[in-house]
Amino acid sequence: MNLDFMGRRRLIIAMSISAVFVLISLASLIFRGLELGLDFTGGVVMEVGFDEPADLEQIRSTLAAAGYEGATVQNFGAATEVLIRLQPEALGVAEDVGAAAQVEAAGTLATTIIARLQEMDPSAAERRPADYVGPQIGDELVEQGGQAMLYAILGIFVYVVVRFRWKFAVGAIVALFHDLIITFGFFSVLRLEFDLTVLAAMLAVIGYSLNDTVVVFDRIRENFRLMRRGTAEAIVNAAINQTLTRTVVTGVTTLLVLFALYFLGGTTLAGFSIALIVGIIVGTYSSIYVASAAALFLNVSTTDMLPPKREAVDDMP
Amino acid sequence: MNRYPNWVNWLLLIIVVAGTIVALPNLYGDDPAVYIAREGGQALEESVLPDARGILDEAGIAYIGTEIEAPAAVVRFGNVNDQLRARDLLDDTIDNHSASLTLAPRTPGWLRALGLRPMSLGLDLQGGVHFVFQVDIEAAIQQLLQNYSESLEGELRDADIRAPTSIEGRTLIVRLLSDDPAVADQVEEMIGDLEATTVLTTVPRLSIERIETEGRPGFRVTPSEVVIRERQNFAIEQNTLTLRNRINALGVSEPIVQRQGLDQILVQLPGVQDPDRAKRLLGATATLEFRAVYYDENAYEIQRSGRQLVCCELYIDPDGIPILLRRARIATGDQVIDATPGTDQYSRPAVNVTLNGQGGDAMFEFTSSSVGRNMAVVYREEIPRTVTRDGVEVIETDTSERVISNAQIQGVFSNNFQVTGLTAIEARDLALQLRAGALAVPIVMVEQRTIGPSLGADNIAKGRLAVVVGFLLVVAFMLLYYRVFGMFANAALLMNLILLVALMSLLPTALTLPGIAGIVLTLGMAVDANVLINERIREELRNGNTPQASINAGYEKAFSSIADANLTTLIASAVLFVYGTGPIRGFAVTLSLGIITSMFTAIVGTRVLANLVYGRQKVLKRLSIGGGN
Repeated sequence: MNLDFMGRRRLIIAMSISAVFVLISLASLIFRGLELGLDFTGGVVMEVGFDEPADLEQIRSTLAAAGYEGATVQNFGAATEVLIRLQPEALGVAEDVGAAAQVEAAGTLATTIIARLQEMDPSAAERRPADYVGPQIGDELVEQGGQAMLYAILGIFVYVVVRFRWKFAVGAIVALFHDLIITFGFFSVLRLEFDLTVLAAMLAVIGYSLNDTVVVFDRIRENFRLMRRGTAEAIVNAAINQTLTRTVVTGVTTLLVLFALYFLGGTTLAGFSIALIVGIIVGTYSSIYVASAAALFLNVSTTDMLPPKREAVDDMP
Repeated sequence: MNRYPNWVNWLLLIIVVAGTIVALPNLYGDDPAVYIAREGGQALEESVLPDARGILDEAGIAYIGTEIEAPAAVVRFGNVNDQLRARDLLDDTIDNHSASLTLAPRTPGWLRALGLRPMSLGLDLQGGVHFVFQVDIEAAIQQLLQNYSESLEGELRDADIRAPTSIEGRTLIVRLLSDDPAVADQVEEMIGDLEATTVLTTVPRLSIERIETEGRPGFRVTPSEVVIRERQNFAIEQNTLTLRNRINALGVSEPIVQRQGLDQILVQLPGVQDPDRAKRLLGATATLEFRAVYYDENAYEIQRSGRQLVCCELYIDPDGIPILLRRARIATGDQVIDATPGTDQYSRPAVNVTLNGQGGDAMFEFTSSSVGRNMAVVYREEIPRTVTRDGVEVIETDTSERVISNAQIQGVFSNNFQVTGLTAIEARDLALQLRAGALAVPIVMVEQRTIGPSLGADNIAKGRLAVVVGFLLVVAFMLLYYRVFGMFANAALLMNLILLVALMSLLPTALTLPGIAGIVLTLGMAVDANVLINERIREELRNGNTPQASINAGYEKAFSSIADANLTTLIASAVLFVYGTGPIRGFAVTLSLGIITSMFTAIVGTRVLANLVYGRQKVLKRLSIGGGN
């Protein structure tokens, strides 16, 4: 099997597809943003159960009538169980009254909402005490999450520079941003909830995306040493073909376990699984097209492949 | 010939057997159970287990076992429903003990004798409450400046120098009422002594700046960043310790109290389902003051006129009668070394108080000279709240004070006595708080979450299923795709799972739901190394190499790719570990451990197997590795 991945026509098609996805993702991220979960926004989440399957529309209108228009209402686990989420503003107290007052207000709010729902359906019952997360916690997490991503990318960049020289590092980082933007974009376009576990999945996507790219690079480096006469395109293309089965097989085994996790792992891990599923599909594609193509555009050549000069070491007695 | 020295084979065998034994306790699962502990952290009363059995038998709640697991008693149940009913019943009926939900591992005796336990479970898997408290570190600085001001004023008084001090923001202002430069120098020296240098340092701990206000000299004293940081750290550590003491007194199994970030404290109470009482107890600062009643002025007259007195303050006693109390305290709550809830001779709730030597002496001295007079006990509770001043959020404290008893001193006493006048619950909580010590600075709760016990059990069941199904899918795929070499990879995958679970059982890190996700993800990615190796072997075979040479070359050539690929993932998960909190950290731990164990099992483990199966065959025609070979 020898496919011409780096042929001009295919490259143009691949790049157009990538460009379209990246642009859609960026546009959605800029104009729509992410549907941030309780972890990041702060607010109150309560679980309410009913005897009969719940009528979500009726619950929404009951809450709206009570003045809680921004409430998110969704089924949770079973048709009779409902998850109600309120943004911090719904507490009805100004943000500047401070954290302790907000906690008090959260308790009162939960009681009020249950009372309203019981007027609507007497079987309404709070399943467990409402969760409250202060807005300041969310702000910190957003900051920490951003820092974590930045340091992960930086650390990997340094590693790739040391092991492969900078042109490959640039290729790897371009591929990484490609994967992250599209995966984030997926969450934005489909309005999927972005919580702390999804953020963890994103960091795992960083690891996986690099993992895949590095394997291809490793082979490119090896080929440059072995096939001194081929063109850069031919060498890169050979490397992609040689690693293609591995790329696909590892992608398949990882996707197998992630689908198991998505279908069997429960609602809490659904977002996590989706983020990784999307990240791995995109990551597999990008290690073939984006990373290698980026390295090619930067004119990788045999000289980039020679091991770093080691004169200092040679001079040692 | 592909052979490892024999010791490698044996080493692998030993590691796998040891790993299997360590991982074994996780196979047995848990029983829903109720954890009964003595409040206040004392030893359990012997009658607790028979009492509990009696109560449960009477109520008709079936239990499947009871045991003493110091420092608590554990009662096991067949299902969560019985467990929940039993907890409510036992918590209400057994005096001085609290009952909380827990999961009791079904580890058999011989494994327990080896000191082996299953992985500890995170809050999301066993249920409980989760709080985050914000520590008011600005208050710590204000306290520091207050201390400066008090000790400086004392010194100034002794030296007969008149110089009022005031606190402005994060600085202390000292104004001299004298123009004498000698006095100014003397005061500057006194200020310098406020932060006696204990270690040699080039950075001054205080910056002292000469200022001039209204034509008179003065000083602006600013503590250095180092001092401020020390003070803040001290306040947070002191608060963490106090919270830990208070939680230990609650009688909860395996609570977590730890500092999080710059100024937060994380508290997790597994098995607790009622956040309100825990919250009230953790955040409040209640204390007692023992004060003499003042008789030389008419309290009714003071109440009417609103006149302020230097000697004393006006209070209302529990009978609604105004009384005057001397400002000087005979003893205070921080001199209490022990406090237990109990009842007095009329069966009213009481707190039995033991004072330290200093407090006891003061009490003795006071009561010796005041028999027949009255002493009042003031209950003081500080409830913190935050308000915004000039756009900055600050924590303020509402102080509520009330006289809980105003009684005639019947005889002389010193360090042991009883305080009455509280409700039973107040007496219980006050005893806990007096014993645990006070918070250094106020704290405010900024996050509260409750995870129900059934949700936790559900998460475990789902996680387990996902691990098993994910594992089987990968095993089936590898077997179909790589045949015998797929079996090698599968054996390595099983070893990897066992070693990962074994390591997790040995480490103190709790398993969380994202942690389970990490295990599942590791299973999918762990075969990558074998995929790389197997693809390389196939390639070598296609290039016409002999099977033996191909095995050897496959392992050797794949190694650099495996190392590079795994190290990049390891970097990402290390960052995740450093920056993650709670469950996310659990994910980072499983992912990192999984990468390390998988590199070992995929490279060494499969090689040992391949060597054992193929390595000794002198004439090896073909390998069972799929792909037309």
